Amino acid sequence: MTSEVGPNGEQETRRGFLRYLLGGGLVASLAAVLYPIMAYLKPPQQAEVEVTSVKAGKVSAMEKESGIIVRFGNKPVILVRNAAGEFRAFSATCTHLDCTVQFRKDMGLIWCACHNGRYDLNGRNVAGPPPRPLDEYRVIIQGEDISISKKA
Amino acid sequence: MNTFWSRLYSWADERVKLGGLVEYMGKKYVPVNRHSIWYYFGGVSLFLFIIQVVTGILLLLYYKSGELLAFESIQFIMAKVRFGWLIRSLHSWTANLFVLTAMIHMFSVFFGKAYRKPRGITWITGMVMFFLALGFGFSGYLLPWNELAFFATKVGTDIAGAVPIVGKPMMVFLRGGEDVTGATLSRFFGFHVALLPGIFTVFLGIHLLLVQRQGMSEPLSHGDSPDTERKTMPFFPNFLLRDMLFWLMVLNLLAILAVFFPWELGKKADAFASAPAGIKPEWYFLFMFQTLKYIPGKILFIDGEVLGILVFGLAGFLWLMVPFWDRKSSRGETNRLINYVGIFVVFYMIILTIVGWIV
Ligand code: FES
Repeated sequence: MTSEVGPNGEQETRRGFLRYLLGGGLVASLAAVLYPIMAYLKPPQQAEVEVTSVKAGKVSAMEKESGIIVRFGNKPVILVRNAAGEFRAFSATCTHLDCTVQFRKDMGLIWCACHNGRYDLNGRNVAGPPPRPLDEYRVIIQGEDISISKKA
Repeated sequence: MNTFWSRLYSWADERVKLGGLVEYMGKKYVPVNRHSIWYYFGGVSLFLFIIQVVTGILLLLYYKSGELLAFESIQFIMAKVRFGWLIRSLHSWTANLFVLTAMIHMFSVFFGKAYRKPRGITWITGMVMFFLALGFGFSGYLLPWNELAFFATKVGTDIAGAVPIVGKPMMVFLRGGEDVTGATLSRFFGFHVALLPGIFTVFLGIHLLLVQRQGMSEPLSHGDSPDTERKTMPFFPNFLLRDMLFWLMVLNLLAILAVFFPWELGKKADAFASAPAGIKPEWYFLFMFQTLKYIPGKILFIDGEVLGILVFGLAGFLWLMVPFWDRKSSRGETNRLINYVGIFVVFYMIILTIVGWIV
C-alpha cells in the first residue's frame, strides 16, 4: 500500500458510478410511468369522414332574407339567402371565440350572440370583437337543389 | 347513559390516546376583536364544501354522463326523483355561495395581512383551493349539457387556447379533441367528481391542520397590547357554537334560495344550433370576461386577448405570492400598499362584474 489515493479514488469513482446508475434508473422509471400517461391524455385523432359537399335543402324552401344552420360533417355552416335572392354559405363558427353565429333579419346581418359580433352577408367582420371574416363555402344550385361544398 | 359515553371514551383513549387532543382543544382560544366576524367565513366555506360533497354524491346516484344521457338524466332527477329538484338546486346554489364565502374569507385574510409569517403556507393552500373551486365551477357548469353551458365552455376553453405555446395543447386536453363534444363532457365529469375532489381534500387537510396548529391570526394593530389585555374566547365550546349558529343560518338561506329560486335547466345543448343571446360565464368569471371585451384586438404585436390572459395570469400569481413579497407585514410594520392593492382589486371586480351583468 504505497498510495492511499488509489483505493480511495477508486471508491469515489465507484460511488459516483453507482449514483449515476441509481439516478439514471430513477429518471428512466419515471419516464416509463409518465410517458404512457401523457400519451393517454392526448385524445386520438378520430378518422373523420372527409366531407366535401352536403345537400342543404331546396331553393323554394328558403325565403329571401333568411338563414339556416347546416351540418357540414361535424362543423356547422350557415347558409343565408339575401334580399336579392342570392345564396351564400359560411362557416358558422365565430372567429372570435367559437360560438355559433345566426342570421338576423332585423339587422340584415350575421350575428354572434356571445359577444355581439357582427358580420355582413359577405361574411366580413364589420363590428364587435371578431378578428377575421367567416370562412366562405361554395354554394351550388342545381335546379331546385342547394348544395354546399368547401372552397378549394 | 353517562357511563356508556365515558366507557366509550376510555375505550378509544386506551387505543389512540385521545387525552392529549382533548387537552389541546380545551386550551385553544380564539382572539376577540372588532374584526372577529371575518373569522367565521373560513368555517362556513368548509361547511358549504361538506354540503357539496353530500349533495354531489347524491346526484351521482342518478346522473349519467355522455351527450345522449346527461341532460335527460338531470331532467329525470328534477322531475321524477323525490326531492331531486331540491338536491340539484342546492348543489348549484351552494356552489355559488361557496365561491362567494371563499372570496370573502380570502379578502379578509388579505386585508388583515393574516398571510404574513408564519402563515404563508396556509395562504398558499387556501389560494390553491380557491383556484380548484373555480375549476369545480367551470367543470360542473357543463355537466347538465345545456345550451348556455355548452357555449360558455366553448368560449372558456377557447380563451385558454389563446395562451401562447401551452394554450393549444391545453385546449385539446381540456376538450378531449378539437371541439367541445361528448368527449369534453366525459373529461369534465372526471375532473369534477374525481380529480378535483381528490386534490382539494389534500389541500384542505393541510390548511385545517395549519390553522389548528397556528391558531387564528390577529390584526397587526393588536400586536402592541400586552397579553393580559387581549380578549379571547375558548374555541370549545364558545367559538364552535357560534360557528355552528352561522352554519345554521347559511343552511336556511340555502333552503330559501333552492326552494324559491330553483336552478333552471334550460335547453339541451345542440352543436348545430346558433348560440342563444345571454351567453355569460358564471358570475365569478365575469369580471375577467368583461375585461377581455375592452381590450382592443391588437396591441402592438400582441393579440389583445393573449395580453389580457397574461396580465390576469401575472396578477393571480402575484396575489398568490403575497406572503413572500410583502416583507413589511411579516416584520410587523404596516404596509399601506397592500391595502391600496386590495381595495383596487375589490372595486375592480365589483364594478366589472356589475357591468358584465347588465350589458
Ligand atoms: S364568440 Fe362570437 S363574438 Fe365572441
